[in-house]
Amino acid sequence: MPEKPDRNAIEVRGVRKVFGTGENAVAALATVSVSIRENEFFTLLGPSGCGKTTLLRLIAGFDYPSAGEILLYGDDIAPQPPFRRPVNTVFQSYALFPHMTVAENIGFGLEMLNKPKAEVKARVAEMLRLVRMEQLANRRTSQISGGQQQRVALARALAPQPKVLLLDEPLSALDYKLRKDMQIELKRLQGETGITFIFVTHDQEEALTMSDRIAVMSAGRILQVGAPRDIYDRPADRFVADFIGESNFLKGDVTGTDGGRATVKLSSGTEIRASLPEGFSPSGSVTVVVRPEHAQLAAADGGAALQGTVENVVYLGTDTHFHLRLDDGVPFIVRRQNARGGADSFAAGSRAGVVIGGDAAQVLRD
Amino acid sequence: MAKPFSIRHQPGFTAIAALCFFALYLPILVLVVYAFNAASSTAEWGGLSLKWFQSAAQNTQVIDATVRSFQIAATAAVIATIAATMAALATTRTPPYPGLTFKYAAINQPLMVPEIVTAVALLIFFSRIKIFTGYSGLGYLIAAHTAFCIPFAYLPIRARLENMDLTLERAAADLYATPWRAFRRVTLPLLWPGILAGLMLAFVISLDDVVITEFVKSGGQDTLPTYMLGQIRRGITPEINAISTAFLLLSVAIVTLFFFVSRKRD
Ligand SMILES: Nc1ncnc2c1ncn2[C@@H]1O[C@H](COP(=O)(O)OP(=O)(O)O)[C@@H](O)[C@H]1O
Ligand SMILES: [Mg+2]
Repeated sequence: MPEKPDRNAIEVRGVRKVFGTGENAVAALATVSVSIRENEFFTLLGPSGCGKTTLLRLIAGFDYPSAGEILLYGDDIAPQPPFRRPVNTVFQSYALFPHMTVAENIGFGLEMLNKPKAEVKARVAEMLRLVRMEQLANRRTSQISGGQQQRVALARALAPQPKVLLLDEPLSALDYKLRKDMQIELKRLQGETGITFIFVTHDQEEALTMSDRIAVMSAGRILQVGAPRDIYDRPADRFVADFIGESNFLKGDVTGTDGGRATVKLSSGTEIRASLPEGFSPSGSVTVVVRPEHAQLAAADGGAALQGTVENVVYLGTDTHFHLRLDDGVPFIVRRQNARGGADSFAAGSRAGVVIGGDAAQVLRD
Repeated sequence: MAKPFSIRHQPGFTAIAALCFFALYLPILVLVVYAFNAASSTAEWGGLSLKWFQSAAQNTQVIDATVRSFQIAATAAVIATIAATMAALATTRTPPYPGLTFKYAAINQPLMVPEIVTAVALLIFFSRIKIFTGYSGLGYLIAAHTAFCIPFAYLPIRARLENMDLTLERAAADLYATPWRAFRRVTLPLLWPGILAGLMLAFVISLDDVVITEFVKSGGQDTLPTYMLGQIRRGITPEINAISTAFLLLSVAIVTLFFFVSRKRD
């Protein structure tokens, strides 16, 4: 991954957005702060209704924050109308102008910026090449497919070379194959243009594969910001752990902490080592998360951290899921990658131990 | 055997429908046929002829009234359509607020207040102004027609605006278009079929008006409908039938155009 400079393109500071008044007031955003670095592919990830679109609309200027400020390279843009902000949007519905051709759509922003005709023409040609739509320049937008419309929407938003590009679930209307292609295409475009992307999705897999950094949102709050690996390996709280990937949750008591790690005594009596979220030093009872592929099966009673019975073995081609019931009644899943010709050593009904490696467990900030 | 159940089949519906169509179209059919009557009274049939069309076309009173009708209808329709477009934008491009319903009602007032009431009110109001200013031109008729044409122009324009995707205007603003340029380059081109439809509807409604025109007009300001009304008082000749028939054809032509324009691009 290329080094990203550490300048902030967007800084959201204590932004709140309340819709309605009195009893009907809904806080779509409950005081959000986040910094988005120059030239990064930043993703807002969260379930439907968590406030992703609202945050994007505030940055674009379609709505104004109830409190807080939004800085673009240090300047507060909150008072500026959308047509003065050097920020462009790719809308979920594409919102292509139906009475204009593909080329006219792409040139619209530059035309509104009063660029000379020759410059507009050259830039439109360049954009058409960038999104591989040269052949369809003079088509009406109703005469092209959904995937092509998506690319026109991208080209139209990129043509004026905005400081930040906002993308609101741009791939959700595409079918699976096209979505995969467009994910790669988007990454390529971001690399080639060097524009800061703020990408919105509710699809965790999409977020993990595409982003430099992810902000996980829930109910109008940002719960965790970090690189995909951080978010996946070190989820800060239960919602993040649950929303992204599969998780095993274990209860235990902290018996000691040292330098970002804790010793946790599980309810089975075994002690394991677990990482702590930054700036969090718990005592007493905590929840620990272990990803299914970070745990290994071992022979029963062989000194493994946990003991249980295999209830179900699910073969998934690339890997196998072992559904266990631990001796204290807690369900636990272990995922093992399949090797060619490898035998199923743990059949349903057999006893097994679960080994939790030194870096596998993470304490949650509950 | 019983027929399969269908709410489309109710006893007596076909007969009632047939009767309604009969009552609606038979008189018009008779009127059109008698426009081609060679006899000089509608009481007898004297064979086919176009002579009443010729006589109407040469009647200077008919020509004057027709020209006046078109002047009033064209001016009133254009002004009403501009006002209706602005009203439609103001009432659709805003989140609902208390008082919006009242505004709808105010705009559509001419559809609800009995025409005769408006006519009497305008008669009294304008006669004062006439005395005051000494002006007695077509302005009064144009003003009155504009007022009652507005809701007819407003309705198709509003319908079109409500169906328009608001994100298009947002996308224009996002791409650096000021509100005026967003309107010129995005809203107006997409709204155009609705505006044309409103314009034509307003034109036809103005052309057809009798009650308000009859009350508001000064001497020598007959429009085609009020001229026809005046003629009928003196006994019907097939010339009236001929004028009506020409009028009918014109209205059908405009309504047909209206249909095609409003259907376009949907
Ligand atoms: N214009 C609005 N008026 C009232 N409530 C709104 C409006 N826009 C969004 N909301 C509410 O704010 C919350 C967040 O919405 P949104 O930002 O669209 O979520 P997401 O894009 O993550 O699905 C939702 O509960 C939604 O109902
Ligand atoms: Mg959304």
